[in-house]
Amino acid sequence: MIESNQLVNKATSQLSYTLQIADNALIMGHRLSEWCGHGPILEQDIALTNIALDHLGQARSLYQYAAEQFNALPAAEKEKFFVSPALQSIIATGKAMDEDDMAYLRDGWDFRNVLLVEQPNKDWAYTVVRSLCYDAFNFFFYTALQKSNDETLAAIAEKSLKEVTYHLRWSSEWAIRLGDGTEESNKRIKEAVTDRWQYTGELYTMNATDKAMQEAGIGTNLDDIKAKWQERINAVMSEAGLDIPSTGWMQHGGKEGRHTEHLGYILAELQFMQRAYPNMEW
Amino acid sequence: MQHDISEADIYQWLSVVTDPEVPVLTILDLGIVRNVAVSKNEAGEKEATITITPTYSGCPAMDVIAINIRMALLSRGIKHVIIENQLSPAWTTDWMSEEGKRKLQEYGIVPPRRRSENKLGLFEEDIVNCPRCGSAETLLVSQFGATSCKALYKCNSCHEPFEHFKCH
Repeated sequence: MIESNQLVNKATSQLSYTLQIADNALIMGHRLSEWCGHGPILEQDIALTNIALDHLGQARSLYQYAAEQFNALPAAEKEKFFVSPALQSIIATGKAMDEDDMAYLRDGWDFRNVLLVEQPNKDWAYTVVRSLCYDAFNFFFYTALQKSNDETLAAIAEKSLKEVTYHLRWSSEWAIRLGDGTEESNKRIKEAVTDRWQYTGELYTMNATDKAMQEAGIGTNLDDIKAKWQERINAVMSEAGLDIPSTGWMQHGGKEGRHTEHLGYILAELQFMQRAYPNMEW
Repeated sequence: MQHDISEADIYQWLSVVTDPEVPVLTILDLGIVRNVAVSKNEAGEKEATITITPTYSGCPAMDVIAINIRMALLSRGIKHVIIENQLSPAWTTDWMSEEGKRKLQEYGIVPPRRRSENKLGLFEEDIVNCPRCGSAETLLVSQFGATSCKALYKCNSCHEPFEHFKCH
């Protein structure tokens, strides 16, 4: 009995872990897609749309896996796992969950993305800083996750890493261009770094899920990621002529479903069609 | 008439399925077909399992390609087609056929040249010659183009813009 409880705990932690990664990808992708048609020049509009599409593709692979993991849980665990009413009503019918249910029918408190990715685009400098902080994390995270003993996560990491390598180069180059650019661009990116910095600590702070998954050989050690992340960010910032803010209070809560008010607005737009016209297809 | 279908037959039939976004390339040229298996299902009917791998995670062409594989095989009388998606090993432009590279060049898209294991290859540090005038005086405009797999370039000699299929 104890053994089977442990198996169930591992299965639910593993699902939470998959959702943490998937929700980061979906929300980051959605934020970047908001630039579509609004980019400062056509080539950069296209670049951000491409990057957004990579994140969305990664989110799809991860949600497909999350749905598979959810469908394999015992009935009692299924009822407890999500609080969103729309998901509860699907669970009550006994229908299998799919990737679209995960993306379109969960409410904010069931989302596990870090607060950084839900922050608004605001201007080009804010967008670049958010991307740089997230891409640098993602690059080292996926590099490590390739060695996960969860074969599906390892395969998704291997696939995603190639794409993330391009993302990191894009955001690093832009941070340097803005920091080392005009007086105005330097002023804007300094503001962005100062403001966004408080959301970076959550990227590499281990929560209970991260710890359980690291112990199981599935997840990665975020302390290692932190060191690599800092080294990379320091190098880019120094090249850009920017100072690293003296670390003060870091915001947390996203991984536990406690979000800033921004997530609600994202979900209102992202989920509107499926909520208003359930099961509609293009 | 009812001769057995071989895997080679299936490959032959798949050679007409093209990438909807780069229509000069077939899915075999692209190297995304990883395996083909022919079997019989429980009812004793012919069944083909095609394993494909996406070029990029978010590539919207993959869904269309899956539909076109089904249609191509259906036209040969195979009603039961299973399409499996395989992520690992991750697709690389090293799997693109020489024939595919030649067709891309003729189409006006510079094909990937290096092997992608080379870190430089992934980052386009190489000289990319203009597909129109052959000049080496070209400029990378953006690593991201009209589709995930292409980068935007400009030729400083003939001033024409062109695309390069990225090493990946």
